Amino acid sequence: MQAEASSISSSAAKRVLPGFGLSLGVSLFFLALVVLLPITGLFIRAAGMGWEAFWFVISDPRVVAAFRVTVLTALAASLFNCVFGVLMAWVLVRYSFPGRRLLDALMDLPFALPTAVAGITLAALFAENGWYGQALARVGIEVAYTPLGIIVAMAFTSVPFVVRTVQPVLEDLPGEDEEAAMSLGASDLTVFRRILLPGLWPAIVTGGGLSFARSLGEYGAVIFIAGNSPYISEVISLMILVRLEEYDFPAASAIAAVVLSASLLLLLAISVWQERSVKRLHGA
Amino acid sequence: MTRTTSSLITALALAIALAAPASAQDRELLNSSYDIARELFADYNTLFKAHWQEQTGESVTIRQSHAGSSKQARAILQGLEADVVTYNQVTDVNILAERGNLIPEDWADRLPNNSSPYYSTMAFLVREGNPEGIESWDDLVRDGVDLIMPNPKTSGNARYTFLAAMGYAQQRFGDDQAAIDAYLNDLLDQVQVFDSGGRGSTTTFVERGLGDVLLTFESEVNNITALHPDENFQVVVPEVSFRAEFPVTVIDDNVEANGTGDLARAYLEHLYSPEAQRLLAGFNYRVHDDAVQAENADRFPAVELLGVEAIAGSWENAMEIFASGGKLDQLQRR
Repeated sequence: MQAEASSISSSAAKRVLPGFGLSLGVSLFFLALVVLLPITGLFIRAAGMGWEAFWFVISDPRVVAAFRVTVLTALAASLFNCVFGVLMAWVLVRYSFPGRRLLDALMDLPFALPTAVAGITLAALFAENGWYGQALARVGIEVAYTPLGIIVAMAFTSVPFVVRTVQPVLEDLPGEDEEAAMSLGASDLTVFRRILLPGLWPAIVTGGGLSFARSLGEYGAVIFIAGNSPYISEVISLMILVRLEEYDFPAASAIAAVVLSASLLLLLAISVWQERSVKRLHGA
Repeated sequence: MTRTTSSLITALALAIALAAPASAQDRELLNSSYDIARELFADYNTLFKAHWQEQTGESVTIRQSHAGSSKQARAILQGLEADVVTYNQVTDVNILAERGNLIPEDWADRLPNNSSPYYSTMAFLVREGNPEGIESWDDLVRDGVDLIMPNPKTSGNARYTFLAAMGYAQQRFGDDQAAIDAYLNDLLDQVQVFDSGGRGSTTTFVERGLGDVLLTFESEVNNITALHPDENFQVVVPEVSFRAEFPVTVIDDNVEANGTGDLARAYLEHLYSPEAQRLLAGFNYRVHDDAVQAENADRFPAVELLGVEAIAGSWENAMEIFASGGKLDQLQRR
């Protein structure tokens, strides 16, 4: 993405695709068709209800509680993914072992699996009579039907975002830098902190951000394991569904618009921040 | 291996070849129905097709569509050309009249019994030996009794349970609104997991082993006991409960466009025939046909059934209870 952006901005660079105008036009058209149109429809619907009604819907205590639960659990899930995803990418890139390709393929499973299947499976595993749930119950940890369960479901469905954004960057980082640092007497931790992290950082933030944005809207996987107790473990996508069930389309659109705006702002912020940090790293 | 595969392909090709010309001429009927009625209507369709063939000599194709009935109604409002609806919530049919003008407001008067060919009520399922001694609505709010029911915000099933509990509380506490509210509040507090639909709650209770009591349709608890004979679950039907209707109607605008009016009306009317009522009773629904009801009397214990009119006045009032900021929200506020 970065490479494309810079090749467009420097007009002298040779373009890979012929007919820049045409290809940009076609991609913008499809973007408008599949992304902008529905989003515009959503905002128009939400805007049609007026500011007071809009505020009434989104400031409802139960909706606010759901916002809080969703943001906190999504944050926890994406932080977990940032650690686990980098580790996973590291293992996949830097080591060669039997079954590496299989592991690499398995990494995309959360994307391929219907989220409802993921949710039901996780609930079965983490319920008090499930494999993991039994073991965890012995040490007094309840996962299924608590906010912890929401975090597990969100982390599962969004971990590939981190792995798949960090992996190619890690592949491009030359191993020589690490070796040079080590030969100069740097400790493992120093090498990680001073050599690897600065290069990986933008990718980790992007992956984490994508993972967070996805978790904000996750429904299928979460709903089966959340328990859905009002004010405790209700997520915002359930609140949207509830409004739909009431045939209150404007209210559903209002809540959805808030979630969507948050995601868009976050992705935009990451994109801007990333461009700056790349410029800083490579000297504009 | 190869032989099996090739014979399989031959069979498939044959099936397609046989099916294609027949379906090309057949008139089609689309039945938009609720989630757990798939098997019921698969059986009923076979029954009806034979009946229609015998009556008119015409062979017809009946397509089924199943999902949560609110979602199904939304699809019709957005243009799905279903010929008939067979739902488990009166409100989801009402919306087709109010929002879509697809059917007349008085649709419920077009067929007997409020256009509800069968009905059910809300019952309890408890674990082997009924360890908590659950017999009545009162027992549900005792300390330490964990309940499993779906979310009244997303599930008609749960709304019926809530209304049943409300009807009971009204009988018990009379005009004492505070006592009624306190009872309902306690009941909601004892719920351990709110699944989004009835089947989700069944899974939570049966497969995950959570909760002491599952609150759901009588038809569903009977299905569960039949499906899990080794678990020895027990069905408890309280003395007072809710009359849950299963409304059916023809979508006038759509059948006119599809030219299926006569077929659609016959499809729904035949649900009241003794053979169809017997089939429905086999799926654990209570029916109106006296002879069939008598045959199954032992499976359907006597219960005082309260309609929505007795509890909330009308469906419109009842839905206010569940709307944003309504009674349910007030009870659950903390």
